Amino acid sequence: MPAVGQDKLRKEGPKKLTGAALYVDDIPVKGAWHGVTVRSTVPHARIKDIRFLKGFPWKQAVVVTAADIPGINCVRLIEDDQPLLADAITRHVHEPVALIAHPDRSAAYESLKFVEIEYEALPAALTIEESLRKKAILRGSDNVFKQFRIKKGDAAKAMKKAWKTVDTVFRVPHQEQAYIEPQGMVSWFEKDGTLVLLGSLQCPYYIVKAMQPIFGLPEEKIRVVQAVTGGGFGGKEEYPNMIAGHAALLARKAKRPIKMIYDRHEDMAVTTKRHPAVVRHRAGIDRKGKLVALDIDVVMDAGAYLTLSPVVLSRGVLHASGPYTCADVDIRARCVATNTPPNGAYRGFGAPQTLFAAELQWENLSEASKIDSLTLRERNLVKIGSELSTGQILKESVGLKKCLEVVVKRSAYAKRRKEHALWNKKKTAPTWRGIGLAAVHHGSGFTGNGEVFLKSRASLSLTKRGRFRIEAAASEIGQGSMSTLSQIVADALGVPYEWIDLEVNDTRRVPDSGPTVASRTCMVVGGLLHAAARDLKAAILAKTKKFPKTETELQAAAKALAAKGPLRFTRRFEKNTDIEFDDKTYRGDAYGSYGYAALAVDLEVDRTTYEVSVKKVWTAQDIGKAINPKIVEGQIMGGTLQALGWALLEKPVYKNGAMINNQLTNYIIPTAMDAPAMDVVLVEEPYSRGPFGAKGVGEMPMDIPAPAVCAAIRQATGLLFPEIPVTPESIAEALRRKK
Amino acid sequence: MIRFTVNAKTRTFSGPPFKRLIDVLREDFGLTGTKEGCSEGECGACSVLIDGKPVNSCLIPVCQINGAKIETVESLGVPEKLHPLQDSFLREGGTQCGICTPGMLMSAVAYLRAGGDASPEAIREQLAGNLCRCTGYQQIVDSVARALGTKPKTGSKAK
Amino acid sequence: MKVLTPRDERDALRLYRRNPDAFPLAGGTDLMVLWNAGLLNKKTILDLSGLRDWSRIRETPKGVWIGALATHAEIRTHPAIRERFPLLVDSCRTVGGRQIQNRGTLGGNIANASPAGDTFPALAVYAALVHTVSDNDRRVMPIDEIFAGVKKTHLKAGELIEGVELQTPPNPPSRWRFRKVGTRAAQAISKTVFAGQLWLGKDKVVDDVKLALGSVAPTVKRLRHVETHLTGRALDGKTIESALRLLPGDIHPIDDIRSTREYRLQVSRNLIRSFLMGR
Repeated sequence: MPAVGQDKLRKEGPKKLTGAALYVDDIPVKGAWHGVTVRSTVPHARIKDIRFLKGFPWKQAVVVTAADIPGINCVRLIEDDQPLLADAITRHVHEPVALIAHPDRSAAYESLKFVEIEYEALPAALTIEESLRKKAILRGSDNVFKQFRIKKGDAAKAMKKAWKTVDTVFRVPHQEQAYIEPQGMVSWFEKDGTLVLLGSLQCPYYIVKAMQPIFGLPEEKIRVVQAVTGGGFGGKEEYPNMIAGHAALLARKAKRPIKMIYDRHEDMAVTTKRHPAVVRHRAGIDRKGKLVALDIDVVMDAGAYLTLSPVVLSRGVLHASGPYTCADVDIRARCVATNTPPNGAYRGFGAPQTLFAAELQWENLSEASKIDSLTLRERNLVKIGSELSTGQILKESVGLKKCLEVVVKRSAYAKRRKEHALWNKKKTAPTWRGIGLAAVHHGSGFTGNGEVFLKSRASLSLTKRGRFRIEAAASEIGQGSMSTLSQIVADALGVPYEWIDLEVNDTRRVPDSGPTVASRTCMVVGGLLHAAARDLKAAILAKTKKFPKTETELQAAAKALAAKGPLRFTRRFEKNTDIEFDDKTYRGDAYGSYGYAALAVDLEVDRTTYEVSVKKVWTAQDIGKAINPKIVEGQIMGGTLQALGWALLEKPVYKNGAMINNQLTNYIIPTAMDAPAMDVVLVEEPYSRGPFGAKGVGEMPMDIPAPAVCAAIRQATGLLFPEIPVTPESIAEALRRKK
Repeated sequence: MIRFTVNAKTRTFSGPPFKRLIDVLREDFGLTGTKEGCSEGECGACSVLIDGKPVNSCLIPVCQINGAKIETVESLGVPEKLHPLQDSFLREGGTQCGICTPGMLMSAVAYLRAGGDASPEAIREQLAGNLCRCTGYQQIVDSVARALGTKPKTGSKAK
Repeated sequence: MKVLTPRDERDALRLYRRNPDAFPLAGGTDLMVLWNAGLLNKKTILDLSGLRDWSRIRETPKGVWIGALATHAEIRTHPAIRERFPLLVDSCRTVGGRQIQNRGTLGGNIANASPAGDTFPALAVYAALVHTVSDNDRRVMPIDEIFAGVKKTHLKAGELIEGVELQTPPNPPSRWRFRKVGTRAAQAISKTVFAGQLWLGKDKVVDDVKLALGSVAPTVKRLRHVETHLTGRALDGKTIESALRLLPGDIHPIDDIRSTREYRLQVSRNLIRSFLMGR
């Protein structure tokens, strides 16, 4: 029986369910000291002096400052602009300035009270507006880290000719990933000088690359191992580079293992968040409701250093026109520097920001044209043969129309809209009701030529003991990659799911299959493993004539084939010759394929308290092929709730450049009682290059709920909020103003 | 000296009386199944049972548990032989990253023993003190309903 | 860190008198958050968990006695309280999650004196009496008079809350309601909390009314101006609106990390209006 398409049980499930799975803080490390971080308390200043005051037994501790860095003081990512430890200047509150290790964890924290930093204040730009006004200059002459432009046709001319036009400024805030396991890393040096890092992380090879300039070590002298990881959502994509560098510096100086585990307050205050964005969106339609002009200006707040911001911005730009065709498009996008902790990867990676504007704008176009927003969408949806803003022609696997039809039908959208309109007219009703829709696309895998540059590799082995073993740096972070990849391999080989093992995610044992990000693990790494499995199967068949049918037969075959070591086949990502993208002009095939989704939200607004209660969500998502439907559904529902949180509850409050509600008591994420029942339908329009037709899954659910929520709130209250989160306070205030 | 039982085994503790129960379990007894997520009683990842009732072990100094009966996730089942509740979580997708899972299971097991109601609303209220960021909760609710002997109505519908 | 662990009431009061700076520890759901944040280092703790008698709930001739160490879960499930004091049951149900309800105590909650204490408006409309005890004295204070400000009470040095007395009203109210408006559907800190009881007589004349709000002032507030205005008047739209105009005299909401002054004021008004109108 095939494994693909079945709800196979999670490979690592039993260990997680019994407490046997070891997360970084669970691993006993003999002789380890605890590392803590001294951080700046001002947004922008020259550091005049760092003083370690009397009153703490400093002789028991090890202290590291920038002067102790043997190589280059940087956190290497796209650029080297971010220091591992601030030296002469600090550019944001909470920037690491020094490190302290102590045998006792509470003493290590206590020591922080005995460090004093002397500053000379510099002007600070704390918001997008202040950055654009050049209140402080952090980068170049204008604070712009990166800009992109996509231009197709003549948007200005088309806008003039349009029947109806709308012009709206949309704003979205930071968002905290709020994985329940805070960040943590353990580090030590082996006798042969090898640097070892063991931690909660998504991208082991990112850390290998980041450690090289700091310690001047070659790649083979750096070993990174992923501990069981308690959620990531992008938050453990690049930030672990920083904490790894810190733990390693302390380990080097203390000459012993170092454990650095952030507590929740530190984690929330200092680690990367979703980029806040301001999107000015202008759109024009003709009399038939056809979208004829788009003029979009995007500005994202990168924070004080570049991190991954250009890539986040790029994905935002490439999704800014939504899953619709439009002949004349002009999109301009910038990410700017502010004196705040750097923002970074978070599920959706720039797309939720621009899709919020693209989708919600249909409500304004509907208002202007008196054509309902569903009809407008239907008239403009992409289908096979459609051209996107980059000029990419969609050649296959476009299930958007089906997704929308399914959602409209299952939610009884039209009927509910009518019923709600009647309900809302009742003077004595305790609530206002609304239902709202949205539709999105999301590129699977890396943007543009990203996958070509990555050249990912993944291997499949037959071991001497007769087990098949997946070797890839794909990190299981809860998304079910272990099971999904095993199912792909099992069916490619034609063997039971239970015959497949996974090698530990240890850079000494697995090749660089690329980062665990961008909805790429199943499609890209799965694709490589699928090909490697075919190679391995052919090699086994060549020797055995008859492919082993039982474990005994397999063990016998393995004895012959893998006597001297595992029989291994490795595949490397190869450029698809018919996919072309120009990084300079942003023309061409931005992604090999896209996932598509539609979603409806039914909600009520309490007329006494203005609290919003989401009653139900219906969604249909075209993900190519559900390798494991239960896992896919779990991804969709989990992502949907994170996005509902972003739309309605989650609001990082910043004061003087620092998040001040950095605790789970005041940064509000949804509980089980806030979560609605969800109706999920998986649409399968296979992608010819994905394993068994699979495309990306993980990020799309994050893109779609926020605009649908705002559309539903509009039906309920008559108010269109171009800014999230829509809190009871904002509804109350808007209603007051309307009076 | 403080004396209590952990997972039916008698234990004593003679260290600092204000050491938190979670630290005693993890550091002194090596029971690392109990997780710390927020250190302020908000996320429920550190939930254990004291005398059968779910509590946050990050908010309990060990001096307060003299004579108490403590149960942690390690008391339920082992990977090779799961407790029926753990088996339900495995089958219904109730665990993803797994960090909230031990606490979630302890809240759920107390509910099961009390003969909890299988309606989704009642299960959601029981679990409201356990935050999960991965699942959106539905598959967790389904897992508990399954353990209560109700077949969840949800499930994916491929088209 | 020094921990004092009295075995009984006498022992506790004696120890507290000798260590007036000690922090009394009940269920720990608030105190331990401070400890975890490193704010109690080197302090003395008076652990009351050995005072078994203080966690009793019992029926009295006049109503119910709730020991200071009774947990929110015990209060929420007690048959006599469920029957006679439903507002207190509803309020206990909204305190934290099950884990907090199983540990947090009513006495600890009162002593902590958070402006956002969820049970306080319910206790206030029941005119709960807080019994305190020290080495040489016993006192009784109405719930809304024990609080001195944000996180401050009128408890004296060496004085502990022993229990809370609730008296069953002679006639059951015609209408009662508890409503918490928090930051989310569960496990939330309140933005405003309302409790009300209303006794209507002939021709919809208000015989008596008791209203209270939490989270809209440094301490829980009985709405005396509003209550006085309503009492003796026929309950119609006009009376309600004129009473509501007196609300700013009773409460003093502020802007903070969780909400705004305007919102708290408006929603408080809405809550009272919808209660009085019976919607």
